[in-house]
Amino acid sequence: MKNFEYAQPRTEQEAVALLADQSKHSVVLAGGTDLISLMKRSVITPDRVVNIAEISGLQRIQRDEHGSIWVGAAVSLQSFLESSYTTELAAAQQIIQGIASLQLQAQGTVVGELLRRPMCWYFRSGHGLLAQQGRMVVEGDNRYHAILGNRRSAKFVNPSRLAPALIAAGAFVRIIKPGNDERFLELESLYQTPDQDGQTENVLTQGELVTHVMIPAQRDRLSAAYEIRHGEGPDQPLVSAAVGIQAERGIVREATVVLGQVAPIPWMAVEAARNLVGQPLNEQTATTAGIEAVAGALPLSGNEYKIQLTQVAVKRAVLRAAGLECGGLECQPPLEQDHHSGPLMV
Amino acid sequence: MAEVDYRWPENHKMRWIGKRVDRLDGLEKSGGTAKYTYDVNLPNQLIVRGLGCPHAHCNVLAVDISEAEKVPGVVYIHRLNAPGPNDDPVEIRADGTLLVAVAAENEAAAAEGVSKVKVQYKLLDAFTADHDLQSAEANGRTKPAGGGIELDEALGEPGDDEDEEEWENKVMQHLFDTSAHVVEGEYGIDSITHCCLEPHGATVHWVDGKLKVYLSTQNVSQADDGFAGALEITADDVDVTCDYIGGGFGSKFQPNYWGIAAAEISKVTGRPVKFMLTRDQELKIAGNRPSGYIKVKLGADANGVVRVWDSLHWGTSGFNGSTVAVGNIPYVFRPKSFRRKATGIVTDNEPSVAWRAPNHPQACAITQTAYDDLAAKMGVDSLDIFLRNLENIDTPEKAPVYAEQLRIAADLINWRKHWHPHGKGKKSGAVVEGLGIGIHKWAGTANSSNCLLKIHADGGVESYCGTQDLGTGTRTVCAMVLAETFGLTLDEVKVNIGSSTYPFSGASGGSTTVGAVTESHRRAAQDALAKVLDLVAKKLDVSADILDAVGGKIVARDYSGKEMTWKQACSLIGIQPLEVNSSYARGTASPLSSENVAGCQMAHVAVDTETGQVKIKRMVAVQDMGLIINRKTAESQIYGAMIMSIAAALFEQRINDPKTGVFVNSELADYRLPRLGDIGNLVVHLHEPESERARGVIGLGEPPAISGCTAISNAVCNALGVRVPTIPLTPKRVLDALRTAKG
Repeated sequence: MKNFEYAQPRTEQEAVALLADQSKHSVVLAGGTDLISLMKRSVITPDRVVNIAEISGLQRIQRDEHGSIWVGAAVSLQSFLESSYTTELAAAQQIIQGIASLQLQAQGTVVGELLRRPMCWYFRSGHGLLAQQGRMVVEGDNRYHAILGNRRSAKFVNPSRLAPALIAAGAFVRIIKPGNDERFLELESLYQTPDQDGQTENVLTQGELVTHVMIPAQRDRLSAAYEIRHGEGPDQPLVSAAVGIQAERGIVREATVVLGQVAPIPWMAVEAARNLVGQPLNEQTATTAGIEAVAGALPLSGNEYKIQLTQVAVKRAVLRAAGLECGGLECQPPLEQDHHSGPLMV
Repeated sequence: MAEVDYRWPENHKMRWIGKRVDRLDGLEKSGGTAKYTYDVNLPNQLIVRGLGCPHAHCNVLAVDISEAEKVPGVVYIHRLNAPGPNDDPVEIRADGTLLVAVAAENEAAAAEGVSKVKVQYKLLDAFTADHDLQSAEANGRTKPAGGGIELDEALGEPGDDEDEEEWENKVMQHLFDTSAHVVEGEYGIDSITHCCLEPHGATVHWVDGKLKVYLSTQNVSQADDGFAGALEITADDVDVTCDYIGGGFGSKFQPNYWGIAAAEISKVTGRPVKFMLTRDQELKIAGNRPSGYIKVKLGADANGVVRVWDSLHWGTSGFNGSTVAVGNIPYVFRPKSFRRKATGIVTDNEPSVAWRAPNHPQACAITQTAYDDLAAKMGVDSLDIFLRNLENIDTPEKAPVYAEQLRIAADLINWRKHWHPHGKGKKSGAVVEGLGIGIHKWAGTANSSNCLLKIHADGGVESYCGTQDLGTGTRTVCAMVLAETFGLTLDEVKVNIGSSTYPFSGASGGSTTVGAVTESHRRAAQDALAKVLDLVAKKLDVSADILDAVGGKIVARDYSGKEMTWKQACSLIGIQPLEVNSSYARGTASPLSSENVAGCQMAHVAVDTETGQVKIKRMVAVQDMGLIINRKTAESQIYGAMIMSIAAALFEQRINDPKTGVFVNSELADYRLPRLGDIGNLVVHLHEPESERARGVIGLGEPPAISGCTAISNAVCNALGVRVPTIPLTPKRVLDALRTAKG
């Protein structure tokens, strides 16, 4: 890790002033669960690290007069999970529970999770986000890479596990920069697919800081997420899907379907969502949504299996949102305690 | 003094041996106060970081260190696998090979120094497709790796005028033609890498011309030789210390070239030097396990007993081009007629090193899967096929032990209740369940070991032995043997291990440690006790033969009521402590230790047929190990081994980039390992009938790490009715296998 200057601002404006300084390559430190790894591997070598954890107002979760939930950029996944707010955000709750690492939950932040850098092993070994305009991925081992939105140079997948769930909930982010300048973006608009070296996977410019994620009141909107993981816990899922559904008397009135780990951005499965509208929620409509979600998929040499996984993830997310059995391993009853289970004590 | 009769106490007299005892150093380890090599920091030390080659195969033409030398804090730069200014290029055959080492005042400066080293590479063709025999042949990357044929004696011999090979082919063909069942299959298991939580490395310093080394090692007593040889000094000028080690598993026997480099840098700079590998370097260059892929044809009689086996296997051990040893094919089972051949593949990877039970897990996984496929083909219970084939195994005397172990394991996993013909289980949602078996063997022979035992006149007892505690509880086991022999409590004896200045004890590899240290400690303790008893006998005016050390006292068994406390007894020793040196030499027949164990494991899995995810519901291990010293740590060994088996069966895999050969998943974020939620319910049964127990101590490190993978693979096959040919059984591979089966 290269030496760096460490700054601990007390206010939002101090923070953005530090971040906007053109003479320094500055980065934001919140939980540090991703940043530190990237710095240790010299994937990023900042001159200045700006710790935002001490900024008053960023450690809080609160509800405004419209019922929207505001989560500050220093709020940990665990604080969010343990707050009463996630009870109305089933998809987000399921995702954080699925991270299943006490360390990551306690140390990682909600906003930091949304802004994690891609796990693409070519990126993480210093070849840049595009890794030779995508050639390294195409010719290399791409088992975890994109199946959607991958027709140009970017082949990595957006790593955020929470983003699909929060996008499905209609979340916004609040972004500030020096001069009391603030803007609000729909969460999905925070992300972009870079096509040239130097571009990143989000639209933030130097000096900008995401201070909050704002999640509108869900009222009776249904939601669920479904991650297909190779093993439990903190490792990247293979694919995921999150859905937000407004239904009336069993018929879908409005739906959002967002895919994770399949494209350089959290992927809005617009067709699948639109075609759910007017349909009842059942195995058949859920299956159809899954098939439609991957209609435009273009597998690389080693990741065709992700197409099937994505279909299944969408199907199961829809079924889960509707409170129906989704048929996976998690629905299995635990093994009955046979007479000798557990260590034999002698 | 009469000659000491080395033996274990009778079962009913054992007060410590066989009991469940917490590790004596458990609190230090779990509380973080135990000092591992990585925790050793010496005053004024330099930190070293190595520059790893980013290419799998290349020539290093030139290395320019001038910019690196200018980095503030960089003190010295050492060339490892790099040419000097006028040298020929150096060929690199593995991603991560260390080129130069940068020593600096702190880690940041060392890392920055590494980033400033400029290297000119000439890329060469990289080949890492170890699973692809055809491609390896086309690229000239194969090497013969042995093999041969053995035919049932009853089949006769070729006539004088017959070509031997033609005759053999004819006989093999005849055996297959007359078999009731023939199975052909392909199986494989990928290379996995050591990923010791504490990476390899050392902290060293020179004191008055002597090298003091803190080394993360499984080989305290002999690592000094490694340093001495490389540094052209004698071993008496090297002291190696290793109090705790964060994982070795066969990869930490040597100082390695980075350890030697630390010593050289320390010599040049006159300062202590700490050189530990980074995480990705640890996975790339510190050790891996060879891969194995096999084509098998077997023929069985109507009963499912395999009578003929024919196989070709290949795989890689890295750039030295070997594979899984052919002698273990097929594993444990030994049909009367078999032909086996092996081909090594030269890939641009680090050579493999020993990995817990070298060769056995892979041999088991690529051959006992074929036996299970025989059961699938016949539509009969796999357990019956395994039992019936015990009539042809390579250690026939073990057949009854395996049979009994299989019976116990089947009971523990409720085999008869849960088993169903392959692929015919009940589906719940998308999920099917299945059961599988694997059986294994291991020698576990005690290594050589010496113990210096001191008994002080105040009753204090201390032992010195150049062994090491890999985390498995060696200190505790030594203390239990001493306490048992002297009739004391564990806190009344002090065990000193982990230094090459102590009497020699063999490396901890191959399940040899518990046998070794219990041999040397029991012998030393019995020797010392005999001397103490002689003194006591004289004092109490009884024969030493009737004296016992028990409950902190020396007691006469003649009901005379004559006794004295341990302290009183020791006061008879005089001013100088009583010192005893006792030895055990590997291979010496002894009533205290033995070798050769059997074991079996069974797995109960659930598989999601839509996602390819595999979940362990329950695993059962039944294992014999002769006399158990510490029941708790013995069980703990087996739990750990089962978890490693789950890791290898479902997760672990070295992934080389198909184009560049680079090891892409060398960070733990990408190198998948099981998490707590992936482990399932593990059941351990220590198999200890008197027939096994009476054999004495046998090592346990390796055997339980062998057949778990196979049991899981067979269970997945039982669930799906489709073989997922290659381990690890990732979701992708499960889905691919299902798709292929559908056609």
